[in-house]
Amino acid sequence: MYPDELSYTREHEWIRVDGEECTIGITAYAQDELGDVVYVELPAVGAAVTRNDPFGAVESVKAVSDLFAPLTGEVTALNDELDAAPELVNKDPYGAGWMVKIRLNDTDELAALMDAAAYEGLVNELRS
Amino acid sequence: MTTQPPIYELSSPGRVGVDLPALPEDGRELADLLPATELRDDLPLPEVSQIDVVRHYVRLSQKNFSIDTDMYPLGSCTMKYNPKVNELTGRLPGLAAVHPLQADEQVQGCLELLSGLEEMIGEIAGFPAVSLQPAAGAQGEFVGMMLIRAQQLRREDVRMKVLIPASAHGTNPATASMCGYESVSIPNGPDGEVDIEAVRAAMGPDVAAVMMTVPNTLGLFESRIQEVCDLAHAAGALVYCDGANMNAMLGRVRPGNLGIDVMHLNLHKTFSTPHGGGGPGAGALCASAELDPYLPVPRVVEGPDGGFARSSDFPHSIGRIQGHMGNFGNLVRAYTYIRSLGAEGLREIADIAVLNANYLRVKLQDVYDLPHDRICMHEVVFSGRRQKAHGVRTLDIAKRLIDFGFHPPTVYFPLIVEEALMIEPTETESRETLDRFIAAMRTIAAEVETDPQRSLDAPLSTPVGRLDEATAARKPDLRYVPPA
Amino acid sequence: MSYVPNTARDQRLMLEAIGAPDLDSLFEDIPADVRDPTLDLPPALSEMDVVAHLQDLASRNQDLTRQISFLGAGWYDHYVPAFVDQMLLRSEYYTAYTPYQPEVSQGTLQTIYEFQSFICDLTGLDVANASMYDGGSALAEATALALNATRRTQVLVADTVDPNHRRIAATYLEPLDVSLEVVRNWNLAGDGALGEDMAPFAAAIDDDTACVVLQRPNFFGWLEDVEAVVKAAHAAGALVIVVADPVTLGVLQPPGEIGADIAVGELRHLAGPPSFGGPGAGYFATTRQHVRRIPGRIVGRTTDGQGRPGYVLTLQTREQHIRRERASSNICTNEALIALAATIHLAGLGRNGLRHLAELSIRHAHAAIEAQWPKGYAVATDRPLVREFPVHCPAPALEINARLRQQEIIGGFDLGGEWPELSDYLLCAFTEKTGPAAIAALHEALPAAAR
Repeated sequence: MYPDELSYTREHEWIRVDGEECTIGITAYAQDELGDVVYVELPAVGAAVTRNDPFGAVESVKAVSDLFAPLTGEVTALNDELDAAPELVNKDPYGAGWMVKIRLNDTDELAALMDAAAYEGLVNELRS
Repeated sequence: MTTQPPIYELSSPGRVGVDLPALPEDGRELADLLPATELRDDLPLPEVSQIDVVRHYVRLSQKNFSIDTDMYPLGSCTMKYNPKVNELTGRLPGLAAVHPLQADEQVQGCLELLSGLEEMIGEIAGFPAVSLQPAAGAQGEFVGMMLIRAQQLRREDVRMKVLIPASAHGTNPATASMCGYESVSIPNGPDGEVDIEAVRAAMGPDVAAVMMTVPNTLGLFESRIQEVCDLAHAAGALVYCDGANMNAMLGRVRPGNLGIDVMHLNLHKTFSTPHGGGGPGAGALCASAELDPYLPVPRVVEGPDGGFARSSDFPHSIGRIQGHMGNFGNLVRAYTYIRSLGAEGLREIADIAVLNANYLRVKLQDVYDLPHDRICMHEVVFSGRRQKAHGVRTLDIAKRLIDFGFHPPTVYFPLIVEEALMIEPTETESRETLDRFIAAMRTIAAEVETDPQRSLDAPLSTPVGRLDEATAARKPDLRYVPPA
Repeated sequence: MSYVPNTARDQRLMLEAIGAPDLDSLFEDIPADVRDPTLDLPPALSEMDVVAHLQDLASRNQDLTRQISFLGAGWYDHYVPAFVDQMLLRSEYYTAYTPYQPEVSQGTLQTIYEFQSFICDLTGLDVANASMYDGGSALAEATALALNATRRTQVLVADTVDPNHRRIAATYLEPLDVSLEVVRNWNLAGDGALGEDMAPFAAAIDDDTACVVLQRPNFFGWLEDVEAVVKAAHAAGALVIVVADPVTLGVLQPPGEIGADIAVGELRHLAGPPSFGGPGAGYFATTRQHVRRIPGRIVGRTTDGQGRPGYVLTLQTREQHIRRERASSNICTNEALIALAATIHLAGLGRNGLRHLAELSIRHAHAAIEAQWPKGYAVATDRPLVREFPVHCPAPALEINARLRQQEIIGGFDLGGEWPELSDYLLCAFTEKTGPAAIAALHEALPAAAR
């Protein structure tokens, strides 16, 4: 459910760190809570994002959830496939359902992220 | 019932459904009158005969549930009977065939009606100032908050926050944003009413207004509303009341007497104008004397010769929100309704609406969770959490009710009640109809425990089953496109 | 009559079930000091008497059925065929509410889908919503969309856009940190002729401009040459909003083809009699690019579990009940019944009928333009006119109208009410109702009306 190689936030995002570039998506728990994802609103490539600030939104049929930037940096890539197939977020949240790539400003921010075990603990708490 | 294709698929070249006067034959083409570059090449509308148009829209109508079909207990919407006489008076040519830009002297009947309706609504709600301009409740809300803003700005009293109970309609925070305010959510207390201590704590010199809903969306009268008003007024803030639920208060309390400064009413809820499949509505806006100068224009005033006139000469007005004098056709219907009922009739409405809701409450509370076990007003809010434990959600209960011939209640609102089922029977329903509804709700509750699949598969009696809303939103098909 | 079915006996039985002694006991949460006021209202009338009373009020109006009227100014008096109102009287339409439960609302939902399709066809744009309160609020919402989409702060509106539409937009935009500027795009020549001057737009459009708003035909009734303004707006990254009369769209270039990003307008005159100005219904259409910013309700086509086609309210996350304080509009109404009437009328008119209806208005107007006007009166522009035009009069239009009323003629809209320098100008509108006989009657009455 929560791959060990990824980092996580309390806002239910996952982060794959690859040097200074991070790939970001939402977790299996988040997509399950939202239900059928119908639209993903993302910033433009080149946009600056600030940690903990909203930078996009995920919409299901009857809900909309903000995406909060897990890290500060600049958007370097978007998953264009989500435009035509937002259901990828439900089907493959950690793979084809990725959302944006960000080039980090400050690698120190990585320390604030949770590991898989800590995140799973959070989910169990929320589920009970 | 078979699928009725889009009207475009009934098209056959050369057909027309209307009988228009002939065009003058002077040998000229349209291009002789207008620049050819301004003319369109084609108009891809369908070509259908009148009988086919009529059958198409009659058949479509048969796929609708309506108040005139059966009980429509949609909470917060006040789906009461729409008296047929209102449709007659609303269509009188002397009222309907009047152009809004005719001279005042030619429209004295319209202006007298508007003036009379303003006066009656002011009397019912307890406010000295009334505007009939808003086209709907939400526009009334917008106007109400704009009045507050205009008054405070004129006093150079800049305030940025609006306090809104968590149980509020979604329009309240959206309205606050439209008026440039920041919303602050106020929790409801364990008794279901707004948490007065939270109001006290949030109140301050930066608060422009509190937006209350009375009775609130849990169907409960806010018994400390006067205290909320006092707190607001002491801090220089005003109190807006969402009057969508006025049906519970007619003749029993005038909201203006509670200390509320400004309030909208939904004429299509309380005063029986038809909902029309989603509109047009009409929203009267009631205000205190202090807010009177800010009401939208034009307004009905006394004319120079003793009759009535229209005037936009109100320098502090928030301006115009409608092209003309509000949704006049709806106002004729509301006027007809109030004149038909009189004071006693109006009070009977509130009495029976509240009686009916409480009857449902006591007859269903042993099978559906009742979060607030106390006397309710015009609607009762249950929770479907007991049924959820069997894998049946509130949405499924709603769909199953359709198979029993009823329109579902409002579901998943208010947001503060898990799996909410918000039921507003209105005064329209007889004891026998309520008993049928109670029987259906009890049957469903029993069925959920023995055969939950029936609810999950519901409805089975309708022209279509549950529709794929996810695909609708992912790949929007919003207009007819002819097959390639 | 209150239409309440429950008798005293029913009430007693129900109170017993509730365990309440009487009706009063149900209202004890209301503070005692304000409970049970006496309402000073006129006494209740029986159905027969209430009808007589409303008939009496109606008789105090001089309605259009008894007069010849050239009043338009954005609100036209078209004949709407009988079958349209007959359909509106079907309970299944007018006593239903918003189609929240699609399985029992397919009728309303499919009619809205057809309405959206008609509006797209008429405007030449990709998507339309289920309708707004009226043309004016549709324009206000269109400017809000443009401000949001461009994240800019300035709205430029042509002075020749319906003044009430402009005022409504101004009211809606007032609380926001944006400006709405009216661009004077016409002039008055020494000989009294009204002319066009689109040049001020070039100077006004800049990097702050979110949108320009134009009207076709404009409020004075002519077709402005908008090509340069549209180009300049798009080059500056601004959107183009066009206000257009749906009837004349039966023959005119659709807004989408002349570069509009958003088209809005008033539908009332396709739905029924003028009804003293309300309820109206505004249409709202735009390009695919802005589909998720459209205000109000939208219906989409989908399928059920068995693959049967059906319709639902869709893209609902835009709306106030979900987005709450972050929704850009609080609208939760569409003028469904008015839009339905327009839909049924448009279906009956179809490709040929709407052209025919538009052409009747245009030919009647042009017959009047070409006619010899009585001494002192003249059609006051040489711009390309459609179905409405300003007439320069030998006396104030206010006085002329007053004298015409004595002869059961409503001369037109007094432009002096909006532009003081045009106090001698009448704006005369033409429909299928104002044919040669009406024009002859007007011309016969005008000489005497000038003195």
